[in-house]
Formats: sequence, structure tokens, C-alpha cells
Amino acid sequence: MKRRDFFAILGGGIVVLLDDEIYAQETGGGPRDAAPAVPLEIGAWLHIGETDVVTVYTGKVEVGQNARTSLTQAVMEELDVPPESVKMVMGDTDLTPFDMGTFGSLTTPRMWPQIRRAAAAAREMLLDLAARKWSVDRTMLTIGDGRVYAPDRSSSFGELARGEKWTRTIPANVPLAAAADWKVAGDSLPKVNGLAIVTGAHKYSWDLRRPGMLHAKVLYPPQFGATLVSLDASAAEAMPGVNVVHEGNFVAVAAPEAETAAKAVAALKAQWKPVTAEIDYHNVFEYFKRTAQDGGATAKNLTSYTIAYIAHVPLEPRAALAEWEGGKVTVWTGSQRPFGVRSELVQRFGIPEERVRVIVPDTGSGYGGKHSGDAALEAARIAKVLGKPVKRNWTREEEMTWAYFRPGGLIEVGGKAAKDGTITAWEFHNYNSGASGLQSPYHIPGKKEKFHYSESPLRQGSYRGLAATANHFVRESYMDELADSVKLDPLAFRLKNTTDPRLRDVIVAASDKFGWKARQKSAGRGFGMAAGFEKGGYVATCAEVAVDPKTGAVKVLRAVVAFECGAVVNPEHLRNQVEGAIVMGLGGALFEEIQFGEGRISTNRLSKYRVPRFADLPAIESILLDRKDIVSAGAGETPIMGIAPAIGNAIFDATGTRIRRLPLMA
Amino acid sequence: MARVTELLVNGGWRRIDVDSNRTLLSVLRDELDLTGAKFGCGEGQCAACTVLVDGVATKSCLIEVGAVQGKRIVTIEGLAPEGKLHPVQQAFLDADAMQCGYCVPGMILGAVSLLGRNPNPTDAEIVAGMNGNICRCGTYPRVMRAIRAAAAARKEGRP
Repeated sequence: MKRRDFFAILGGGIVVLLDDEIYAQETGGGPRDAAPAVPLEIGAWLHIGETDVVTVYTGKVEVGQNARTSLTQAVMEELDVPPESVKMVMGDTDLTPFDMGTFGSLTTPRMWPQIRRAAAAAREMLLDLAARKWSVDRTMLTIGDGRVYAPDRSSSFGELARGEKWTRTIPANVPLAAAADWKVAGDSLPKVNGLAIVTGAHKYSWDLRRPGMLHAKVLYPPQFGATLVSLDASAAEAMPGVNVVHEGNFVAVAAPEAETAAKAVAALKAQWKPVTAEIDYHNVFEYFKRTAQDGGATAKNLTSYTIAYIAHVPLEPRAALAEWEGGKVTVWTGSQRPFGVRSELVQRFGIPEERVRVIVPDTGSGYGGKHSGDAALEAARIAKVLGKPVKRNWTREEEMTWAYFRPGGLIEVGGKAAKDGTITAWEFHNYNSGASGLQSPYHIPGKKEKFHYSESPLRQGSYRGLAATANHFVRESYMDELADSVKLDPLAFRLKNTTDPRLRDVIVAASDKFGWKARQKSAGRGFGMAAGFEKGGYVATCAEVAVDPKTGAVKVLRAVVAFECGAVVNPEHLRNQVEGAIVMGLGGALFEEIQFGEGRISTNRLSKYRVPRFADLPAIESILLDRKDIVSAGAGETPIMGIAPAIGNAIFDATGTRIRRLPLMA
Repeated sequence: MARVTELLVNGGWRRIDVDSNRTLLSVLRDELDLTGAKFGCGEGQCAACTVLVDGVATKSCLIEVGAVQGKRIVTIEGLAPEGKLHPVQQAFLDADAMQCGYCVPGMILGAVSLLGRNPNPTDAEIVAGMNGNICRCGTYPRVMRAIRAAAAARKEGRP
């Protein structure tokens, strides 16, 4: 939607536009051209029309982190409207302003205050309107429950906005009321579209259809990188309703019924030129070291830890529905980056942005795994050739083979502690897994920390918390190794080296609640802790495990997590994220591992790749430290970081064996 | 190939014309547009596709439509009359037992089935009964809370 189109499309009312300076800084765009007539980037739009509905347009998407709810709270906070009156239009590249994507725990620190600013500006506009229309002193007016009140009359927002065409652009740095003064934010508004979820009414990308739509399947090579030598599609083409698309290495079939398309792709006879792939999930760690672009660490006697590749396993596999009309393509797809997917489509088809529309329905989760537009590109490509709407729903095996993985890594660490527990030396090298959370939050003068780029045999990308999980696993495991070297308690050792008061607060909160100091050792039981800081949030996690003396099987009995991310916007949804991060983190900690070799993934389905289930659930206690004096940070990622090292340390406590790999039970 | 021409779904007979070896999931979704039953894995590992067949939670991605002819099939769309909620649906809302929500229809129908055969389950029985359902967002603690609350509500005769 272009600015000039607002009122043509929206039919009058008032509009607030936000000038998002953050975006310009983020991309390093440098100083803007002299005095542009309009802001270059708009962070969010807000519209109040004649129907009393407050509509907010944001490029963020809902993938289960409950942004739709928290952003609704932002509107309610400033405009004093019930949640039913707020409509969030999210992740539609034709309707919403540009957004880089929903990742990095940025919705709460960036978009949430933006939308509050837009709503606050709309409130002022409504008061101005009422004062003018009623010739009343503005100080006599109040706002509440979706209406503006004067002593002798009142009007709904829609009545006031009727017939107006008023746009106001406000800068993104308008000051906002402090968290201590919040009225609606800080309380637990339930999920705003919860009803559609529990009744099955919500349509995910996987569920969407269009008239005349075909279901498509893609013929993937049997190995990564294999090339097509020959194709015999005659059996598939003979099936009623089946179309075959063949462009070079790309082969797809489409049919009115999904099951027919599945049969047709199975009927294709293809010959592939095999590739030699020597790297597998055993020797990959040596490969990371060997391919380090800068040659890697020079220090000797470092301790090595390994991190397996793992899969996101969003319960809704990737899906896209593409439809071409008059040279313009519309794609509905589950993605964390609607504008990124638009760019991929623009590039693929060589058409201008105006001729690509990407719409993201609330999505069956992502965890960093849905940044790319793979299914969207496939659907659009096949739809263009066949001239019909095409649906491309990935299977679980496709999702776990042809998407991307959380990077594997090799981490080398070394250090020394003095007798009193002061860390006197620290060296830390991460190969391939990533730089997030690389820096120790403890006070260690002269520490060395480095990320080394290496080659990855698998396609890799973002994942909840990025490499912070791997880096915290190794750092916090090695912290216990150092504590053990000077026979100090892990809690005392951490506190000895902590100068950051927020870090200290979460460590103390978690260990107090856990009963760390009063813990009782018994055979086969162990206790561990871990702490850290990332993306504006502090976390400390304590775990109790039972280790089967015969099988070595580990059961996590209890997890206590303290989390502090500034002022809490929605306590229940924050708790939900914290608990969920602990549960998801159990998988990567204990048993999730992508096994691969010869250019194939062998753990490409749920019967071969175990994810956490009810039976894995420990007793989870979460402590939220609500810091009204600190700006809210995001919370979807950081709580996952502490559970793996806490478990690893607890296993050491129980068995005396230090496991230096993720997953711990491989 | 034998054909199946009608199914008893959500209290009514629905006319279809499909091969009897089609999966119930594909018939519900592609023929009847009942998309509340979700595809998650296609091999019975995640239970996102759960529906009730004669009151029992059944993975619709594994069962052939020919095997459920004449049986009472209930999907999430038909669990409660239009405009009303089943107590288990209400309990999931009250406990905010969801994040992305993709597993929720299967979770709710699994819980209804569990409570049907065991109206007052212990935590261990809830874990055993629900262990086939995956929630990748990790809302298991909340789902357990919701199931406990639904059981308690029924015991006390609350709607």
C-alpha cells in the first residue's frame, strides 16, 4: 500500500505513520539524502476508520511467540480500547510497511514501542478532532473504552474519524510513559486469536486453497548436489490430471489432488549423476577446524567440545500457495521474513517489487527455521509454467532435508582459575557454529574470544538463540571444569567472577528457588547450573538429573529458570516462552542430532529424529524478574541457553564424567 | 479399487467419492475442507492429525478412509456445537495452552479421548496418554494444566 493510496483503500479516517530511524541505522545506510519529502522507511501504520476498528499494519509476523497479542496490548495501552477493536494486519507486503523480519527477539524492543507511539499519536489526533468538532476545550476531554468523552457528550472513535482524511507522520523517538505507569501492558492478556486456534478455524499456509488450485511435488535429487542425467516422465504424464514441469535440474509434478501428485512424483524415472561427499556427522568437526578461514586457534592444549547440527522441526512444515494474475504473483506462505521472500521472488522472476505480494498467515512456528522462501519459489515457479494456482506443501522428510539446519560447530576453550576462584585466563574459539553469545558475561580481564568461519557441508542458518546456545553450553560447562580445578562450588565460583548486577540477580534468584545450597547428594542424582546474557535478557538455570547407573540414560527431574528481560509486557506469555524454551532446549541438550553422510540426511523424519515429548518433561519453575526501570527486551530466544549446560553440569555432578558434546546423550 | 461414498462426520453424513485406501486425513482436508486436522509427519509420530473415531483418538494420517465407513468421526470443527466450546477447548484457552497452535486441535481431541476413558487421570496417566502428541513450542506444562482443569471442572459438574 502506497501512502497516497491509504484513503482510497481505507475509505477515510485518521492515519498515523511512524518514521523508523532504527532501520536506517541498522542497515548502515549512512546519512539520508537532504530533506526527503517523506520518511524513507516507515515502521508501522495505524488507521482508525468509520467502523471504530483500530487497524495496525506491521511487517512482523506471528509464529507462536504471541506478538499479535503483545502488539495489541501496545495499542490498548495508549488508546484505551478493548482487544476486540484492535485489528493487527501482519506480514503482508502489499499492505504493511517494510520490515526486515521477525527474528533476533526484536519485536518487543523495536516494534512494540513503535506501535505504542503510533497509538499515542492517534489518541492525540482524536482529542484534537473532538475539541474542534465540538468546540470544546481539549482539557475537558477524556478517552476510554473506545470513546472520547466531553462533559455533555461522547463519540466513538469511528464517529469522530468519519469523513476525515488526516495523516500525521511522527518520529520514532517520541518519549513514552515508563513501565511503572503502564495500565494494560504488564498484565496477561490471553492470546487474542486463541478462539480460532482451539476451534480449528485458523487457516495456516498448509491449509489454504484457491479455486482451480493444483498440488505440486518436486523431485529432489537423492544426494545434495546431484545433477539430473535423464528423466522419463511418461508414466507420470499418463496419469489423469497430472502436469510435469521440467527445467534443467528442476522437476515437478502437479495435479488437482495431493495424493495424485505424490503418486506422479513417485512414478518419475530419473537418473542422477552421484556426487562424492566425504564429510559426515562424525568427521565434520575436524573439517570445521581444517577449513577455518583464518587458520584457527594457535594456542595448544585447548579443550574441544562439539556441537551437532540440529533441525528446527516446526510442526507445520513449509508450505506456499502461489497464484499469478496479470503478471503479478501472490504467494501465501509461512515465513519469518515476508519481505525477504518477496526479494527472493523478485530476483527469481526478474520482476519489480510491485508485482510480487507475499502474505504470511499466522504460522505453525519457525524458531529461526523459516527465514527463506524455498516453498514459495517452488510454488511460484510451477504456477507460472502451468498458469494455475499451485500449492506446495512440504512433507516432514522434505522439511528435514531441504530446509536448513542449526549449524554444527567445534569449540575450543581453555582457562585458568586462581585458588580463590578468580579466573586469570580465558580463551575461547568457535568454529562454524556462530558468534552469538561468544563473549563471556563474567569479569575476565585479557580474555580472548574468537569466531572462525569454516565451511559447512550442510545448508545452515538461523535457529532460536543462534549460536548462543552452543557458546553458553561450552562456556558454562568449562566454568564448572575450572571450578572443579580449584575445588570450588559452581555457585560460589560464578558469583566470584560476576560483576554485572543483573547477571548476579538471576543467578541468585534461580539458585535460591532451586535450593542450591541445601541440595542433598545421593547416588545417581546430580545438580547443575548455568547462566548467561544475550539479546538484552539475562538467564540462570538450575537442573536436577537422575542418571541410570546401568544404561547411562539421563532424566531431567527439575529445572528452575530465572529470567530478566527488563519490564515484563505480558507475564503469562513470557512464562509460556520461558517454559517452552526449556522444553525445546531439552532436545538439543540431550538427543537431537542430524546424522548425515554421503550427501544424505539419515535422520529426516520424526521416527528417526527424537524431539521432546510429555514424558521428557521435568518439573519446571520459572522466576520472572520484572525490572520496570529497564526497557523491555525480547524473550523468545535467550531462555533456551541455560538448560543444556545446566544438564551437562548435573550429569558431571552425578557421574564424575564430563560430556563435551551436544547432544549429551549421543 | 473399492470406493467410499459417504462418511459420518461431525454428526452428519457427508457425500464423497474416493478410493477406500486414501488416508482419512487427506479426505477430511482435501475433500471436506476440514483442515483442523493437521499434517505434521505422515507417520503417526506427532498426532497433529488426531480425530475421534467412535470417541477414540485416532491418527488420521495412518488410517484408511475405508476403515472408518459408518463410524462416528469427530474433528475439532465438530467437537462442540457452533458458537459453543467443549470444556476441554475452554480449558486450553484458560491455560493459554498454545503458542503457534498447530498442535492444538490434535492435543484437544487427544485430551477428550483420554478423559473419556479416564475422567480423573493422574499426572503420570496424562503423560502416558498424551505422549504421542508433539508440541514443538513446548507447551506441555500448560497442556497438562488444561487437562487437569478440565477433569476438575467435570468432577465438580461445571460446564
